[in-house]
Amino acid sequence: MKRHLVTLWRIITTGTVNFMRNIGLAIAAMAVMVVTLTIVLFSIITNATFTNTISQITGKIDISVFLKDSDTPAQTTLVIAQLKKLPNVKSVQYLSKAQALQQYEQQNAGNEQLVNAIDETSNPLPATILIKPVNLNQIQNIKTYLTQPAVFALQSDAPTYSGDREAAINKITHATDVLREIGVFAIVIFTFICALIIFNTIQMAIFNRRDEITIMRLLGASTSYIRGPFVVESAIYGILSGVFSVLIINAAFLAASNALQASSLGLLDINYANSYFDSHFLSLLGIQLALGIVLGVVSSVIATRRYLKFKTK
Amino acid sequence: MILLDRVTKKYSRSEGEALNRITLHVEPKEFVIVVGQSGAGKTTLLRLLTCEERPTSGKIIVGGIDYDKLKDKDIPLLRRKIGVVFQDFKLLPNKTVYENIAFALEIVGATNREIKNTVPKVLGIVNLKGKENNMPRELSGGERQRVAIARAIVRQPRILVADEPTGNLDPKHAWDVIKVLEKINRYGTTVLLTTHNQDIVNKLKRRVVTIQGGKITSDRAHAGYKQ
Repeated sequence: MKRHLVTLWRIITTGTVNFMRNIGLAIAAMAVMVVTLTIVLFSIITNATFTNTISQITGKIDISVFLKDSDTPAQTTLVIAQLKKLPNVKSVQYLSKAQALQQYEQQNAGNEQLVNAIDETSNPLPATILIKPVNLNQIQNIKTYLTQPAVFALQSDAPTYSGDREAAINKITHATDVLREIGVFAIVIFTFICALIIFNTIQMAIFNRRDEITIMRLLGASTSYIRGPFVVESAIYGILSGVFSVLIINAAFLAASNALQASSLGLLDINYANSYFDSHFLSLLGIQLALGIVLGVVSSVIATRRYLKFKTK
Repeated sequence: MILLDRVTKKYSRSEGEALNRITLHVEPKEFVIVVGQSGAGKTTLLRLLTCEERPTSGKIIVGGIDYDKLKDKDIPLLRRKIGVVFQDFKLLPNKTVYENIAFALEIVGATNREIKNTVPKVLGIVNLKGKENNMPRELSGGERQRVAIARAIVRQPRILVADEPTGNLDPKHAWDVIKVLEKINRYGTTVLLTTHNQDIVNKLKRRVVTIQGGKITSDRAHAGYKQ
């Protein structure tokens, strides 16, 4: 046991010393790793920001059911209770006529003419049930319920989620779904490209030192004792590159926060991206470290393999 | 100690044999010089002994190990038993003189104390005290070759194989290296030395095996050879 620990300690110290002695090669390899890991981190943050923006858009979409003034409270309560039981219903909110008016006044506070037009008459706004679905693409069951003759008879007008509006909302939800998929796809693609680039970089670094491996082999060193220090070195590349990539993004946000205060670039809300980065700092750092270490270690294990083979024939 | 029985090595079908039915028997503690022109097959012979190459046919037994039965995973164990000095030194460029020699001990699992005690002694044998912290690139050719010898002998192998260790050295340094090999042999290590330097052959007065075109053309004790 003690012997294994001594060997492990020697592998770690040798890897660290080799890293220092080959610092030129290390910097070249890490520069490439930092750039690729930064791109991956950027794509993660961008995707989170897009998703947030999309959620904000889709979160505003609901189905308004307009009730007749003649409906009794018992009928309204029954409809609300039945709606709540339906799958794919996130929340159901009831707005009485008075509340609907209040909301209307708040929404149109800047337009006196509109507010006065309503005030001059008795409240024409119907009581309303606001339904927020879990998934906008799967509201067929809600629509079916609302069009049942008994329920439809209680409504003063068709629900908002119908006709041209429905078509427009469908387009938005379809577009947001596509954007979400593109975001995930981009992360996967960037990570894959990152893995390939890091693998090639480490392969080049080890190719430069293949003679060392051959010599150690000739002296009778075991596979793990030869490979170990290379793995440790690559893990150090991964750790430092992961940390640097996070620091670069951090510096970029610090630099951008003043220039782009309260601004947004289309769907990319810089302020949200910044706050997402701050609130997920540790997990993002963890992802970058894990990605750097895993890619570094796996690459070095594969890259050393060919130089460790024996000539058997 | 070393037995080669009708060993043939062919690198490719189109080329001729690098070694052709070589039979050689080296006794323990013997000092054998293998001579021959460049391309005669000397290096191939040593590469077979260190298992860098496998023979096309024939049998090799070194220190009781039958190479036919040797699996890939056991090759490192075999190499740890044989000290090898290469013509081109093969020092690890990123390790100091001390670390290069210590490495040979580390791979056999020596303790830190053993390494601390042994390495300075071996550095003394090859006259390299004071050069412990130098990198190989800071040394002369002769010094590098002595580091390679120190690394080969630090594990006190029963067999030492030296491939043209004086090939890159001037006569003075070449003779220094040969004296170290003689010293090791006196301590009981079997030495197999390849060279094409006739001066060394004449001065050493040992058993001489001549290889020409992949065949042993003569195997005789030097006139002044005393076993």
